[in-house]
Amino acid sequence: MILVAIPLFPLAASGLSAVLPGRRAAAATTFVGALASLLASGGVALRVARGAPVVAVPGWLACDGLSALVLALIALVGTASALFSWGYIDERVGGGHGGRERLYYVNFNLFLFSLLAVPLLLELALVWIAVELTTLLSVFLVSFDNTREALEAAWKYVVLTLMGAAIALLGFLLLYWGLRGTGGGAYTWAGLAAAAPRVSPALLGTAFLLVLVGFGAKTGLVPLHTWLPDAHSQAPAPVCALLSGVETTAVLYTILRLVPVVAASASFRIGAWLVAFGLLSVGVAAFLLIQTTDCKRLFAYSTVEHMGIILAAVGLGGPLVAYGAAYQITSHALTKAFCFFASGAALLSTGTREIDAIRGLIRTSPPAGAALLLGGLAIAGAPPSAVFLSEFSILRAGIAGGQFLAVGLLALFIVVAFVAIMFHVNRMVFGLPGPAAPRAGLPAACVIALVAVAVPVVLLGLYTPSVLHALLQRAAAAVER
Amino acid sequence: MVSSLNDLAGGVFLLTAFGLIVPWQAAQSLRLFVVQSMCLAASALLLASGLGAPDLIAVGALTLATKSLLIPWLLRRTVSREIYTRRELSPVVNVPSSLLVALALVVLSYFVAGPLVAAVPRTFARVNLPIGLAGLLLGAYPLLVRREAIPQVIGILAMENGAFYAGVAIAPDLPLIAELAAAFDVLVIALVLGLLTRTIHERVGTTDVASLATLREIRVSGAILRKESGAREGAAR
Repeated sequence: MILVAIPLFPLAASGLSAVLPGRRAAAATTFVGALASLLASGGVALRVARGAPVVAVPGWLACDGLSALVLALIALVGTASALFSWGYIDERVGGGHGGRERLYYVNFNLFLFSLLAVPLLLELALVWIAVELTTLLSVFLVSFDNTREALEAAWKYVVLTLMGAAIALLGFLLLYWGLRGTGGGAYTWAGLAAAAPRVSPALLGTAFLLVLVGFGAKTGLVPLHTWLPDAHSQAPAPVCALLSGVETTAVLYTILRLVPVVAASASFRIGAWLVAFGLLSVGVAAFLLIQTTDCKRLFAYSTVEHMGIILAAVGLGGPLVAYGAAYQITSHALTKAFCFFASGAALLSTGTREIDAIRGLIRTSPPAGAALLLGGLAIAGAPPSAVFLSEFSILRAGIAGGQFLAVGLLALFIVVAFVAIMFHVNRMVFGLPGPAAPRAGLPAACVIALVAVAVPVVLLGLYTPSVLHALLQRAAAAVER
Repeated sequence: MVSSLNDLAGGVFLLTAFGLIVPWQAAQSLRLFVVQSMCLAASALLLASGLGAPDLIAVGALTLATKSLLIPWLLRRTVSREIYTRRELSPVVNVPSSLLVALALVVLSYFVAGPLVAAVPRTFARVNLPIGLAGLLLGAYPLLVRREAIPQVIGILAMENGAFYAGVAIAPDLPLIAELAAAFDVLVIALVLGLLTRTIHERVGTTDVASLATLREIRVSGAILRKESGAREGAAR
C-alpha cells in the first residue's frame, strides 16, 4: 500500500500549505511531504532492486525496475527542489503576508503529485491523464513571476504540450484498438507487450509515431521543442529543476515503455526512428547551445540534448546501451537539477540571467560561482562526473555493437555541446567582474540543497553503488529491444 | 440506419473542423466548437446502440454536459466579453490557402487511416478513424496560424475532440474511469487556459498571443544592438 501513499504525501502537503498559518509553514510542509515520499520511494526502489516488483493494486498500480528508477528520481529532485524553494522563494517574493508564497507551494505540491503518479500508474489511459495533469498543474508555476516573458513562456508551454498530448491520445486509443483486436487483455504496459506480436505492424507503427511526436513535444524532442527553453528559463529555479530534471524524464519514460511493445513487430524499424529522432535533437540542441545568451536557456537546451541522447541510445539497442541509457536518465536528472539550482544561486547573487552580464562570479559570489562551474562541468560531461560515465558507456557499447555512423555523430554532437557549455560557463564564472557590487550571500537552505545534490552528481561518476547497479540493470531490461 | 446517421454526424463534424480554420470572432469559433462536440456526442450515442456498448451512453452524456455546456460557460466566465467579439485583423494565412491546406490534411488523414482500417472487418472505424484524425490535424492548424488566445484554446479542445471522435469507434469499451478522468481533464484545460488568457489580458493588455514574441534567440541581436549603442555612447563621451 506504500505505493498509494507516495503521491498522497505531496497532495496532503498541498492542502496543508494552503491552510496552515505562519509564514514558514507552507515551505516546511512542502519539504516534509516531499521527504516522506522520497523515503517511501527509496524503500520501493530498494525492494525492486532486490528483485521483488512492488504491486499495490494489480493491473492499476505497481512498480518495476524502470518505474522505480523514475519514481525515485522524481522524489529525490522534488525533495531537493522543495528545500531550494525554501531559500529561493523567500528571497524572491518574501515579505508581505506570504500569500504568493502559499500559492507557490500549493502549486508546487500539486505538480509533484502529478509527476509521481506517472510512473506508478499501469493503465495507459490513466498514464495519459497523469501526463496531461503534469502540464496543467505546472502552468501557473511557469508563469509565477507574472512578467510578460513568463506569461508568454507559460502560454507556449501549455499550448504546445497540450497539442502534443492530443496527438499522443490518438496513439493511445489506437493501441487500445490493437489490443482489443487480439481478443483483449488488460490495457496496461504488460498487457500491451504480451498482445503486441499479434497486433498489425502498421497499427503499432502509426500509434507509436503519434505518441513519439505527441509526447516528444513535452519531452523536448526537436521538431516541437521550441517552448522548452522559454518555459525552462522563465520559471523559478526550483521549478526549472523539476521541469527540466524530471518532468521531461517522466514523459520520456512513457515513450520508452512503448519501445519493447513496438519492437515486437518485425516490419516496423523502431530502432532507426529512435536514433533519427534522438540524433536530430542532440544535433540541433548542440548548435543552439553555442548561440544562447541566457544562463538558464543554456541548461534548457542541454536538456533537449540529453533527451536526444537517451532516445538515440535506446534506439541503438543491446543490453549494454540500454544500461547506459538508464544511467544517463539518472545522471541527467540529478545533474540538471543541480545546474538549475546553480543558475538560481547565480540569479540570487547577480540579479540577472544574461550570460553577458554575469562575469567573475567566482570572485563576487564564491558559492554560486563554484556551483555554476561544477554544474557546467558535470552536465557537459567532463570526466569524473556521472554524465561522463553514462555518455561514455553509451558510446562504448554503441561502438561495440558496430553502429559507427550513429555513434560517431552522437560523439561529435556531444563534443560540440561540451565546448559550447564550457565556453559560456567559463565566461560567467571567471572573466573580469563588473563594477556592480555583489549582493548578499546565499540563503542556507539553497546551500544545503546544492551540496545535497552535488554529492550524487560527483559520486556517481566515480562509483556505482551495488543497489543502484541492480536497479539500473532491471530498468535497462525494461527498455531493451 | 445507425450507420448512415453516424455518417451524417461525421460529415457535420468534419465541416465544423473546417469552419474552425476561418478567422471568425472568438464567440463564433466557440459556437462551432459546441456544434462539433454535439456531433461527437451524437456519434457516441449512435455507436452505443450500433456496437452494443452501453458505456458510450455515458460518454455521450458526459461530452454533452462538459463540452457543449460547461466549457463555453467556463470560458465566458473567466475571459471578459470584449475578447469574444474581437476579430482578428491580420490573419497570418488567408482563407482560400487555409482551406487548401485543410483539404490536404484531410487527404493525408484518409491516406494514413487507410491501411489501419483495411485490416479490420467493416465497422464504424472506417468512418470515425479518418474523420477523427482529420479533426485532430485540422485542430492543430489554428494553433499554428491563429493569433488570438481563445481560438487557440478552441483549437486544442478541437484536437481532443478529433482524438475522441476516433476513440468512440475504436475504443468503445475504455474503462469508465478513464472516460470520467478525460472529461475532468478537458474541464481543467478550459479553466487553466481561460485563467491564463485572463492574466495575459490583464498584464499585457492584449490577447493577441502571436505578439508575445520576446523570448526568441533573436534577442541575440537585441543584446548586440544594446552593446553597440552603449559603445557608441561611450565613444561620443
